[in-house]
Amino acid sequence: MDREILNELTVALQKGDAIKTQKFVKIALKKGYEPEQILTEGLVSSMNTIAEKFKKKQIFVPDLLLATRAMNAGIFILKPKLKKQLFSPIGKVLIGTIEGDLHDIGKNLVKVFLERAGFEVIDLGNDVPVNYFIEAIKKFKPQILGLSASLTTTMYGMRDVIKALEKEGLRENLLIVVGGVPITESFATGIGADIYDMDGTKVADKAKEKLKCYNF
Amino acid sequence: MAKVTFNELAINNLNDFVYGHAPKKIKFDNGMVIGGGTVYPEVNFTLPPMQVNKNTISKAYKQYKEMTEGVCQRAMELQVPGLVIEIELVPDMTFNPEWGIETTKIVKEVMNEYQDKNGLKSLLRITPVDVREGNDLEHMWRGKHWDLVMDTFKGCAENGADLLSIESVGGKNLHDDGVMFCDVAKTVFSLGIVAARDMEKLWENIVKIAEETNIIPAGDTACAFANTSMVLAVRGMIPTVFSAIDRVMCAVRTMIANEQGAIGPDKDCGYEGPYIKAITGTPISMEGKSAAVAHNSFCGNIAAAVADLWSNEAVENKRLLGGMTPEICTEMLVYDCRLMNQFTASGNNLLMRDMLVESDSRLDAHAYIMKPSVVLNIAKEIIKGKTHLERTKIAAKAAVQEIRKGFENGSLELNERELNYLNMIDSQLESIPDNEEEFIADMIENNTTEKFDPKKYDIA
Repeated sequence: MDREILNELTVALQKGDAIKTQKFVKIALKKGYEPEQILTEGLVSSMNTIAEKFKKKQIFVPDLLLATRAMNAGIFILKPKLKKQLFSPIGKVLIGTIEGDLHDIGKNLVKVFLERAGFEVIDLGNDVPVNYFIEAIKKFKPQILGLSASLTTTMYGMRDVIKALEKEGLRENLLIVVGGVPITESFATGIGADIYDMDGTKVADKAKEKLKCYNF
Repeated sequence: MAKVTFNELAINNLNDFVYGHAPKKIKFDNGMVIGGGTVYPEVNFTLPPMQVNKNTISKAYKQYKEMTEGVCQRAMELQVPGLVIEIELVPDMTFNPEWGIETTKIVKEVMNEYQDKNGLKSLLRITPVDVREGNDLEHMWRGKHWDLVMDTFKGCAENGADLLSIESVGGKNLHDDGVMFCDVAKTVFSLGIVAARDMEKLWENIVKIAEETNIIPAGDTACAFANTSMVLAVRGMIPTVFSAIDRVMCAVRTMIANEQGAIGPDKDCGYEGPYIKAITGTPISMEGKSAAVAHNSFCGNIAAAVADLWSNEAVENKRLLGGMTPEICTEMLVYDCRLMNQFTASGNNLLMRDMLVESDSRLDAHAYIMKPSVVLNIAKEIIKGKTHLERTKIAAKAAVQEIRKGFENGSLELNERELNYLNMIDSQLESIPDNEEEFIADMIENNTTEKFDPKKYDIA
């Protein structure tokens, strides 16, 4: 079989064109490609290229998001035909902005990077009270909790969440990542967080690495 | 106050478009005149890392008192002709209006003391937080969140504020999505329809409070909108051309405060201020290089070119070698203003303006659209629009054209990635239907989510 259709699929995905991505996935299936091959050689490898380009600052966030959207559109076509579930998330992350803080674009970006890295992310939104975090951890049982704060007056809310987790006996099997404009490495360490980086794009890699060291 | 539509430019001549001078200057009883020739420092400070609750509020009050004393003392020593202090209340001080009101009283008391004892002229801008967000938001214009914002405005207006401002957030969630995807249609909808309707309602009420309390309804800012784009662009996450075009579109939104009766000076972080000044003639507050304590930008000098107040954005209270940070920021701003005012006194203010402009405008698209000549070109297109939506689209289109022109004649440097996005934005603009109802219906159908409920804006 010629690879022309997979090349076209690659181009469509890298341009973030969801409609064409779906079209080429359908054509590839008609031409007799195995769904697993279309997935790995067409969609996943293209997405990895996109992710590399983003890391090297060769493309912008919208390029990454549109490509992700196109990949998901392609997977939507393939999913019923796949023999086994190829994508199992590498971990579950619960994420939210601290109570009293209404800023969430930073948290939303980190969510994108985490999803891109293969995490399942449950987003609690912004202005999340401590007890909501506790209840959600009991319900969803994530391996990682992400806390975001953008104000000097809300950053200590992160400490309250961590203290509440300790009190409830939920801290032990959880990695905690914190971030936001006023957060520093020493603050993060001081309140007992496990992961911090002032560059949100690096958080996903750090979370991946750290998770490998634990057996939650 | 009756709604005003600005159909003509207040400033037509480039030589009249300069820092310190605004056609509609504001005179105050203490002798300060904003837009009357002198640029004053506007110092903005906030709490150090601490929680604000009923157990800590007295400590917060103490911090504000000490910060205000430090700022006034330094300003007095540096012999400023006048000073504006801005307090952006922290969220808890709007969720609990009595705390915001008490803070206003404390800060104003110190300012009055320095005015009475030392002759330090000063004005207080109070900026409540727009808390109309979150899952329990009932409606943008009624219910608990709305009442909290209005109660804070009213209480602060009655207890010492001279100027009222807000960084309003109507349409922000949609706009965030628009920015993340560089989705022009969504951005236009969020600004030209959703935010525009919210601004009308919000500022109608703020102006009413200001009139009843005999103080100044100053103005808004696109902080929650174009500043998000600007900062993401500075960090290389989105193209600078998008942030530039977004900024110009935001001018239409921010100007709605003036249409409802705000008379300036608008908020410092509204980098769209030059457009507001050119069209409405009201004075503006701006921030740039001396606001690097709060965030980065690529327009630190050009931001001062037509400013009437010069601000540091916000600094948290910390000790450095030179003293406490609010005092240090005061000193930096005072020297910036002193230099600009000296250029004015010597008849060289246009030279100073042009140096501020030329040092930044070539290097970044956002800086470029702040160039006074570019502002006038785009502003005269904006005022041709009959509705806010039309004006928003015109703003975007004119910004695209000016940026392209700047690149082609060598006045602006853009790389290939940026140029690709410029073309993409241009073609996205073309695809937006002229029919407003059709556009709204399409947008509502595709964008009604948990985060954006059009019913909360009475759209639908």
